Amino acid sequence: MRSADVVVVGAGVVGAACAWYAARAGLSVTVVERGSVASGTTSAGEGNLLVSDKEPGPELDLAVLSGRLWRDDIAAAMGADIEYETKGGLVVAADQAALDALVTFAEEQRRSGVDAIPVAAADLSSYEPHISTGLAGGAFYPQDAQVQPMLAAAHLARSARELGADVRTGVAVTGFLRDGDRVTGVRTSRGDVPAGAVINAAGTWGGEVAGLAGVALPILPRRGFVLVTEPLPPLIRHKVYSAAYVANVASDDADLQTSAVVEGTPSGTVLIGASRERVGFDRSFAVPVLRKLAAQAVQLFPVLAGTAVMRAYRGFRPYCPDHLPVIGPDPRVPGLVHACGHEGAGIGLAAATGHVVAQHLTGRRQDLDLEPFRPERFG
Amino acid sequence: MRDTFDFDGTAVPFVDGQTVGAALVAAGIRSWRTTRRAGRPRGLFCGIGVCFDCLVTVDGRPNERACLLAAVPDMDVRTQDGTGHGQF
Repeated sequence: MRSADVVVVGAGVVGAACAWYAARAGLSVTVVERGSVASGTTSAGEGNLLVSDKEPGPELDLAVLSGRLWRDDIAAAMGADIEYETKGGLVVAADQAALDALVTFAEEQRRSGVDAIPVAAADLSSYEPHISTGLAGGAFYPQDAQVQPMLAAAHLARSARELGADVRTGVAVTGFLRDGDRVTGVRTSRGDVPAGAVINAAGTWGGEVAGLAGVALPILPRRGFVLVTEPLPPLIRHKVYSAAYVANVASDDADLQTSAVVEGTPSGTVLIGASRERVGFDRSFAVPVLRKLAAQAVQLFPVLAGTAVMRAYRGFRPYCPDHLPVIGPDPRVPGLVHACGHEGAGIGLAAATGHVVAQHLTGRRQDLDLEPFRPERFG
Repeated sequence: MRDTFDFDGTAVPFVDGQTVGAALVAAGIRSWRTTRRAGRPRGLFCGIGVCFDCLVTVDGRPNERACLLAAVPDMDVRTQDGTGHGQF
């Protein structure tokens, strides 16, 4: 294969965004993907572009930047193709204690550039006509948006190709080309690809790719299920979820956590997430988890009790011990740049990740301090 | 005498073990659903439960797959328009 300025390992949404931003910056790009585009972590997600579920800190700053880039860069170029919807998110609290916590949380988020509008219990139905009665209140987040994640990855990859990128699927990375400590490309099942820099965008398998370069990256799988209902008439307008979801995302508990995250899609199906459990790469279906998700969704939208679930899918969210992604150059291995470990937020964070990685590759000033995401932070 | 089920007011005969979809096709009925957006007619396509093209409303339940559902005497089978849920 031809040599390139940069070779991207992985054609999920993060790898595709890195390739697109790098190609837009004028770099020659080769993408190698062992499966097909969006065949790993990306296809197992819901397409959430959320700021609402993130506590103030580096991940929220990355999400706010990413939301802007999804809108101004990616959606401006291909929004209709990827089912980009600026629908907003509605977070609801079941009782007064949960509402008090949500109000405090939203106040803190506002200082990080998040727009959060308090919604009184009586006004919830003006946002969502079918929402359950008896909730204590909520908050509306206009910046929350949605894409169809597989379409997003595919159109980013297509658009990168139109800018000259070479996207190779069915090509597995087997090792690195080295010049002393420095990596100078990758070895693959289809031959060597010399490159000035290598981007590790292997998602849940980012730790394995780092391992091939001789460095440790503690990225582990967290299993999540999503239910898909039969296509329904317009029913749910926003991303709607229970305030309990935020606590689950941040939790360090290995056991199962579930809290319903409910949204409609342009095809009429309703997606119901989100469970989290640490069971390694166990791909089996856990019916009790599916049942719990369905029950929680019905609590939010009682009308769903009369609808059928058509299928369910699951995947592995790539998480790090501190729940932050790994983004930026690896000082232990010059030439290796990481862009992985985004847990359940990879679709949303993909735009900013691609953007800052391209800024790094072209030697430009970063729009965001990457220090909290540095790969060597785990000690 | 063969068993029948009701399809939009017409008695459709079937033999024991036959699916709703097979019985409809055997009776010369080839479409029993319209698509959600364009209102196009649909009936059996894959015939093995994968494609979700042959959806039909049975005893008030929309989106049953006619190709998998065994016919039962006197079941109420109806043409399905769009999602089969009307408007919520």
